[in-house]
Amino acid sequence: MTTTTLPGKRFSQFFRSLNIPPVYYFLIVIFLGSGILDVIYSDGQIFSNQAIRLNILVRSVALGIVAVGQTLVIISGSIDLSVAYMISITSVMSSYIMQGQTENIFLAIVVVFAIGALVGLVNGLIITKLHVNPFIATLGVGLILKGIINATFSNYTGSVPRSFEFFGYERLGPIPVSVIILFLVVLGGWFLLSRTKFGSHLYGVGGNVEVARLCGLRTDRVVIGAHILCSMTAVLTGLFIVSRLRAGAPWVGPDGVYDLESIATVVIGGTLLSGGKGGVWGTLAGVIIFSILSTAFNQLGVNPYLTLVLRGAIVILAVASYTYRSKNMVA
Amino acid sequence: MTTTTISTESGFSKILRNVWTALTKVPPVYPIFIVLFILVTFLSPTYSSMNGIMAFLRRTAPLAILAVGQMMVLSSGGFDLSQGSVVTMVCLGSSLLLNNDPANAYPAIGIMMAIGIGVGLVNGLVTSYLKVPSFIVTLGMMLLVKGLALYWVGGAPKGYFTDNWRMWGRGYIENVPIFDRFPIGLILLIVVGGIAWYIFHRANFGKQVLAIGDNVKAAKFSGVKVNFVRVSAFVISSFLAVIGGIMTGGYGGVNVTIGEGMELQAIAGCVVGGVLLGGGKGSVPNVIFGAYTLEILFTVLNLLGLPKPYRDVIQGLIIIATVAYVALSTRRKR
Amino acid sequence: MTEELLISMDEKSENSEPLMEVRNICKRFPGVQALNDVSLKFFPGLVHAVMGENGAGKSTLMKIMAGAYTPDSGEVILTGKKVTFSHPHEAHQQGVSIIYQEFNLLPDRTVAQNIFLGREQTKFGLIDTDALNKQSTAVLKEMGMDDVIKPTTMCHTLSVAEQQIAEIAKAISFDSKVLIMDEPTAALSSTEVKILNELILRLKTRGMAIIFISHRLNEVFEIADEITVLKDGVWVGTVNSKDATPEQLVHMMVGRELDHYFPPLGKPEDFGEVVLSVKDGNNAFLSGINFQLRRGEVLGVAGLQGSGRTELAQALFGVDPFKSGSVTLLGKPIVVRSPSHAIKMKMGFVTEDRKKEGIWPMQPIRDNMLMTVRAIQFMFGGISKDGIRRARKLVPNLGKQVDVRTDSYDREVQFLSGGNQQKVVLAKWLASEAKVFLFDEPTRGIDVEAKASIHDMIRALTKKGIAVLMISSELPEIIGMSDRILVMRDGKIAGELPAKSSENDIMLMATGHNPGNGSNKMTAAGEN
Repeated sequence: MTTTTLPGKRFSQFFRSLNIPPVYYFLIVIFLGSGILDVIYSDGQIFSNQAIRLNILVRSVALGIVAVGQTLVIISGSIDLSVAYMISITSVMSSYIMQGQTENIFLAIVVVFAIGALVGLVNGLIITKLHVNPFIATLGVGLILKGIINATFSNYTGSVPRSFEFFGYERLGPIPVSVIILFLVVLGGWFLLSRTKFGSHLYGVGGNVEVARLCGLRTDRVVIGAHILCSMTAVLTGLFIVSRLRAGAPWVGPDGVYDLESIATVVIGGTLLSGGKGGVWGTLAGVIIFSILSTAFNQLGVNPYLTLVLRGAIVILAVASYTYRSKNMVA
Repeated sequence: MTTTTISTESGFSKILRNVWTALTKVPPVYPIFIVLFILVTFLSPTYSSMNGIMAFLRRTAPLAILAVGQMMVLSSGGFDLSQGSVVTMVCLGSSLLLNNDPANAYPAIGIMMAIGIGVGLVNGLVTSYLKVPSFIVTLGMMLLVKGLALYWVGGAPKGYFTDNWRMWGRGYIENVPIFDRFPIGLILLIVVGGIAWYIFHRANFGKQVLAIGDNVKAAKFSGVKVNFVRVSAFVISSFLAVIGGIMTGGYGGVNVTIGEGMELQAIAGCVVGGVLLGGGKGSVPNVIFGAYTLEILFTVLNLLGLPKPYRDVIQGLIIIATVAYVALSTRRKR
Repeated sequence: MTEELLISMDEKSENSEPLMEVRNICKRFPGVQALNDVSLKFFPGLVHAVMGENGAGKSTLMKIMAGAYTPDSGEVILTGKKVTFSHPHEAHQQGVSIIYQEFNLLPDRTVAQNIFLGREQTKFGLIDTDALNKQSTAVLKEMGMDDVIKPTTMCHTLSVAEQQIAEIAKAISFDSKVLIMDEPTAALSSTEVKILNELILRLKTRGMAIIFISHRLNEVFEIADEITVLKDGVWVGTVNSKDATPEQLVHMMVGRELDHYFPPLGKPEDFGEVVLSVKDGNNAFLSGINFQLRRGEVLGVAGLQGSGRTELAQALFGVDPFKSGSVTLLGKPIVVRSPSHAIKMKMGFVTEDRKKEGIWPMQPIRDNMLMTVRAIQFMFGGISKDGIRRARKLVPNLGKQVDVRTDSYDREVQFLSGGNQQKVVLAKWLASEAKVFLFDEPTRGIDVEAKASIHDMIRALTKKGIAVLMISSELPEIIGMSDRILVMRDGKIAGELPAKSSENDIMLMATGHNPGNGSNKMTAAGEN
């Protein structure tokens, strides 16, 4: 069925088919808004500074990587509150094993990913086999991890060899390695969700677990798989942080509020908290929004506590911009 | 269709069966509490003394009050993640407002109550009218209120709490028959619990809260003022967080991180007390006992000599185990 | 008597090999024998309806055949071989599909994604979306539905009827030989039912065996070749639809005569003054609504799906109020702004979907019944466990009035049958002492006996001077219950017909052809 369409109409058809998450409009608004503030308050010095622009992207990496994992879990209808402590454990364990020696890097990486997979497996099993609410299950596991970390480490531990710092500091041309890795992770997440059977099953289980089961999906395995992947992204974030800090510390995870902020960016990005709908590109936009705000406030000299206030307000307002028009009855 | 079975049991076994049926209807939190309580009295003589028991009841009362407030919101199908930050705000803000002058105590309390009601209103109104899920609203408010509190006091508590402010969390009434010293905090809990029990179990309010949590559309179509009830639940939750905050500050003094995580503990206490996350089920006495059960558990662990980090591990395990137990036993009933 | 109608097993000609067979099936649930030694044969190319009251065992039997339950004893035989399904998915793969009343579609995925969930075709390990879409289109084409639904449409945008088509497409994509449907027409308008029937006929020619559960006699006679009646888990009989009459079938199901089916209509002296009157009501969906409702009468509202019937009730009840025009209640002009306002004005609304809008499943029966009373009282005041001060025994009284079958009013409503749940909803509105009752599909999905019970109750309401507005898609119900009939079309009132009008006349008016041969008194809408 071919009809001749005007170029304008074809463009709008193409544009609509891209399915741009609404959050990108919000991102543009924030971007422009910060730009304006920048011009007014500091003569445009902030965003014209390349180092600062780069800083925004780098700030996005830590949160962004783990937020991709959180996206997968939330789409499957679950949630992961243990990521903050997973990040902490990764940072101390990897730093401890490396002890500043390049030879130990490989072992350290293997060990922390193994721990991550194990934690994800445990999360998934508790949720699917013991039928514990994911909120409670991952909260509990997070607490267990917290206890284990604090029992064994109380301060900066070990150190990271120079050679590993490439993750945190090196660049490939003008672009930092870390940003490339972030992009690869997001791309990987997108690919998984839209092109693989597993991704399709994630949406199925999150959309309606009964329907998924009736279609013969091994719903338990899907949820467990999502949790394993999420924990592994937390591990990757931990490795990134430790390569920047050059040593691991137990407070790294909770300090960065990675659990709540990863959830917030996922929801701002348009993924439904109840599952079954959403994607990683929206999450990425959410992460960048947070980064811009953090950087802008930092540079403008805004009191860090007020930044917290603004973060909270942004989370609410961003989601409200989607939901205020909906007719649903919400809890 | 009713089917009648002709019973050929003897009278005695029938009585036994009725007792058993009644027992299985008892919410699991009570037997767990009793078992743990007996355990703790074995572990430490303090807890078999009246003083020791009263001290325990006193220090856990704030959490129980928070749990009651949280239950109102949970039963309506929502979450209140901002309770902990309200506690932080109450303690830090009061340290400033009191200005070391006892005359400021009650005005300070009044201001804090107003702030609490305000937070609850924001939580409820944004959830109801902007249709943002309460998980997100209260999460945002958690950050916002904490930020405001820290900003207000410039990052550190200012001054100490006056005695008349502290008494709610710390004070005792002396020379009471039987109990000897009766904590004022416990009196507060009893009063709050009593009022809460009335409005939730007896008054029309509680049934409507449950109606919203169970089937909000049916509630709307049956004339329930959904938004009013929901906003009220959030206001109650924040208001009780203020009371809990005053008691917490009064009991232990203040630092920057006071109150952090209390909402999660309150939620855990509610879950142990049989509340369903998602709404439709709730009970004031059950969640009070849920909070106490949680605390007794930690006390047991402490007495067993476990250092604090391991306490977190056990806390995590216990929360998971309790919820799993409740979940599995509910499934069996179905 | 019924033996003559029964098909003897050797008499079947042509398609003499049954496609699917159940033999001596028994299934017990705690406290009830759901199926007792039931044996049935289903032949290819034939449509087989299964009827019976709630609790007769129809759903259980279908679920056993579809692999959702396993029988305690007995065999399921598919194309001559014994099969055991431990999971519905196994049944799918062997060619047996079931479509439930509550659709099993993921709203945020496309039609194609839903059809192939779990069976996604891959090319080099990745999902081949093009192939999925092409195959979906092929299936839809076979059904003759390829212009109705596109494989790339999101399921949440589909209408109820379209969702059903999508589900059937899913079944066909499994190359199903046996298609089981549970109350397929429950939520469809008559045009949509026609489309479904055409689809069923088409599937017949493919040699599929089609089995469906239904409570709607005339539809069953229209489309089914064979009709089986189950009662209390036992097979009562199987008849050829050509040879049987509705009365005989009802008799097999309940042992009652057909003319007790509906209570007698009201007589002119039963009708009182005008209680509710609407002049020129308009909102986003409705326009130019004019009608009057009198005390003691049942005003039936008929019309096709989407004609605005539910919207009319929702406008009256304040869910989606009129934006202009006037509403007068008991002579006083009112503006109904919200449901609680409507309830204060003594209106009650028994909605279409009790599960979504009528009951609180986790709350006990007594709390379900008292909710309307609580909603208008002082928020922080209390009423006793069973009722308000001046009617302490309200709950048991209501329970008796609506004939709800339960051992205790503390039982959670989710454990009641559909018919009992609807009775609890009715009790809830009786408790509010409404003077105007709006009913939207009052007996949908309810067995014959409870249906009659509810019809009796509706008529009893009118005897007490209550005015009833009853929306229904079941024309026999409209004709059997209405003292006057409003017919809606496209958000307007197409016209009014008198009691006992024919289905034909109602349908003609609902589809836009006004009956021209003067066989009925047509009043201009609004005039009395």
